[in-house]
Amino acid sequence: MSTAVLRMARAGRYVVLGNPLTFGAFLMLAGLVTLALFGHWIAPYDPLATAVGPRLAPPSTTHWFGTDHLGRDILSRVIVATRLDLLIAISAVTLSFAAGSAAGASAGFYGGWTERIVTRIVDTIMAFPLFVLAMGIMAAVGTSVMNIVLTVALINFPSYARIARAEVNVRRNAGYVEAARLAGNTPRRILAVHIYPNCLPTLIVQASMNMGWAILSAAGLSFIGLGVRPPTAEWGIMVSDGSAFMMSGEWWVSTFPGIALMLAVLSFNLMGDGLRDLIDPRRRS
Amino acid sequence: MVGRRLATAIPGVIGVIVVTFLLNRALPGDPAAYFAGPAATPQAIEEIRTRLGLNRSLPEQFVLYIRDLARGDLGHSLTTGQPVAADLRARLPASLELAFCGLLLALAIALPLGVLAATRPGSGVDHVTRLLATMGNSLPVFFTGLVLVYVLYYLLGWAPPPLGRLEVFRETPPAITGSYLIDSLLARDPGLFLAVAKQLILPTMTLGLAALAPITRMTRAAMLGVLASDYVRTARANGLAPRTVLYVYALRNAMLPVVTTLGLVLSFLLGVSVVVEKIYAWPGIGAYALDSVIASDYAPVQGFVLTMAVVYVLLNLLIDLLYGVIDPRVQIES
Repeated sequence: MSTAVLRMARAGRYVVLGNPLTFGAFLMLAGLVTLALFGHWIAPYDPLATAVGPRLAPPSTTHWFGTDHLGRDILSRVIVATRLDLLIAISAVTLSFAAGSAAGASAGFYGGWTERIVTRIVDTIMAFPLFVLAMGIMAAVGTSVMNIVLTVALINFPSYARIARAEVNVRRNAGYVEAARLAGNTPRRILAVHIYPNCLPTLIVQASMNMGWAILSAAGLSFIGLGVRPPTAEWGIMVSDGSAFMMSGEWWVSTFPGIALMLAVLSFNLMGDGLRDLIDPRRRS
Repeated sequence: MVGRRLATAIPGVIGVIVVTFLLNRALPGDPAAYFAGPAATPQAIEEIRTRLGLNRSLPEQFVLYIRDLARGDLGHSLTTGQPVAADLRARLPASLELAFCGLLLALAIALPLGVLAATRPGSGVDHVTRLLATMGNSLPVFFTGLVLVYVLYYLLGWAPPPLGRLEVFRETPPAITGSYLIDSLLARDPGLFLAVAKQLILPTMTLGLAALAPITRMTRAAMLGVLASDYVRTARANGLAPRTVLYVYALRNAMLPVVTTLGLVLSFLLGVSVVVEKIYAWPGIGAYALDSVIASDYAPVQGFVLTMAVVYVLLNLLIDLLYGVIDPRVQIES
């Protein structure tokens, strides 16, 4: 086991150092995580306090990113929002990873009714344009952070379920599975101990590629007023707050949270690409 | 072929109807009390409950819901005072026109770019394309839309203000198809056509940019695979003109995976169009749904989700048919 970890670490170092883009993404992610953990102490002002400066002041030495229409410090809000945005995306991806891979793996392994039910659920979700479905759910269940996490998890559920099902299906009759069966393992144990771990690499690549999209979906919902509510500091809301000012030239209100959002998504996507190259070299582009 | 494919779409449509019904029942609070207003007496609320069928069991309510749907009744909008179905019908052309233009723009740029990158791997074009595909996947559409407004409207003044399908003082073209572009052409009014096209520029660019990345990426990958295939090598060895090999042999085969991705791109595009409609005050069904959400008016939102899902199912059907046109083998298999 430890040699495998070592080999993995060596391969990871190779990919990170060999591909400057992945390395850059790795550094950016480290920065984001730092902001998420310590942002509340790093931020120069209280992110919710109004009138800490003049209203709609452009970037200056006292307010690096300027102030918004309520005189709040945009830099502080951008920093503090990191935690919430990352937390929503990570929780949602974790949830859909767990639920989707469990459901998909059972479907692929047991077949029959389990498979029929899981496929039906997946097909039903996929019959909607996913963001539209998320809108409909959020409008029905009401906006709270918990509901955003659940909704974003639900619209990502099909991709994990499908991958897990396909991966398990391929391995269901593999030699080592046959051997495990002959050795007297129960079906459940075979699935959990012998098959599922072998499907993890593909699923993990999917999760890392999915993170960016989860951030965008959550921020998009907040942007249209169906996600996190103001005055909470969240990138999507902040972009929405500044949208009217883009027409009158106060660009900084939307631009800085927008760039933060873009960088976060970009670094997750690049990281996902790097991880895919590491785990599944055949799909290297 | 068409009939059989239509039949396979039916379970999806049933699923969609069940989900929209359940969403309606998940509405927080008591809909009857909500419809009756804050000053209603308990009797009035009870009366409305009976009228809406809310005192019945869930299966009964579902049957009622299906019956209403079959009649084309999606309920009433509290905000506009109109039947939701009429509201949606009036706004759907605006949404479809925008989505169609966005998709067309994305295809017009992505396909040539993908082909160009695949025929010159490792070149400058290839690197730009790959960068674009990665960056494009990371762009929050609502942010790129605002940046376009700031640069093209505020800074440069090239685009008209992002406020709807036509400037306020303009008269709308006589409604024939619902698409202002086509209707203004049918009315032989080139000035109006230009005005409509101008309003479309920014939202179309925003949507097109969003859909660009996945199509480019797929086209490039598919073309690379096809160009390395045996039959392309054979065609080349037989001395066919490079142009013939590229467009007749390679591109047609490479289109298959591209058309398959188109389904996912459309799902994304329809979702994104809501955000774009909000930014540009576009009077489509997405903006309508968002206005209703603000007024806690749920029937229009439900109608909107249902309409979008049906549009999406139909588009997927169209993609499948397209698939059969590009690759005749598909027909034989099914």
